[in-house]
Amino acid sequence: MTKQEFLCELQAALSGLPLESIKESIMFYSEIIDDCMDDGMTEQEAVAQIGSVDEIASQIIAETPLLKLAKEKIKPKRKMKAWEIVLLVLGSPIWLSLLAAALVVIIAVYIVIWSVIISLWAIFASLISCAVGGVVAGIILICTGNVIPGIATIGASIFCAGLSIFAFFGCREATGGAAWLTKKIIIGIKHLFVGKEKV
Amino acid sequence: MDIQLKRGLLDVCVLAAIKDGESYGYKIIKDMKPYLEMSESTLYTILKRLELANMLTVRSAEHNGRLRKYYRITKAGFGRIEDFKDEWREVMTIYKFVTKEDTGND
Repeated sequence: MTKQEFLCELQAALSGLPLESIKESIMFYSEIIDDCMDDGMTEQEAVAQIGSVDEIASQIIAETPLLKLAKEKIKPKRKMKAWEIVLLVLGSPIWLSLLAAALVVIIAVYIVIWSVIISLWAIFASLISCAVGGVVAGIILICTGNVIPGIATIGASIFCAGLSIFAFFGCREATGGAAWLTKKIIIGIKHLFVGKEKV
Repeated sequence: MDIQLKRGLLDVCVLAAIKDGESYGYKIIKDMKPYLEMSESTLYTILKRLELANMLTVRSAEHNGRLRKYYRITKAGFGRIEDFKDEWREVMTIYKFVTKEDTGND
């Protein structure tokens, strides 16, 4: 790939970002490629060692706040004509509700993911309280003369304590997974704003 | 390595690469190479982040008939390096304690 081809691809991958950021990235990579070539690399080698355009674009997109991307998308590329503004206002019951629906779906997905996590931790908490409560109840039973039910209760509570240890590690893994998943979703939403337009 | 930790370390590495005088993208990567490999895309995001945090300033100057960006560390940037040293003195003390316990059990 030549330097020109590489920069064109990068520009296409970043379309949707603010123009200023695109220009800045292009200048940065152009400078690096030139410096590599000054250092004795061929054009092909210099471009090849920088890595794939997709990777670079993903990294830049991940660093750009979602709000900035959305703002850039909404900003009209040219001055709107009067009839377009009229249409936009008249159509607002439709597109506003669609937009609201989309937002609600995203929020719902988050709530679903995190309620699973909260319920997992609730299981963990109830196992712990079973363990503690069981030991106390068992001791009381033994003291009041019911030795065999008391021992059974203590046994059950020790079993709960054992389960809670497993549950703790499971919950911790699940929380990490959910955090990862929500991060991926944000990046996915960001990708909706960037790189879709042809240059 | 923990991502947040690595991010902080890389920031300081880039600041260290320009602490002895202003430098430019390709040279920063080259100077760091013996110590750590950093991709151009990683450097780019770090430079942006440090610029936003006022830890470095950027100027464009002509070189061989084209523009090149030079990065200069600011007072805040030097402050970040000093903070890093202090933090890591603490971490190294903890490290010594942790490894001492290891050998003590053998």
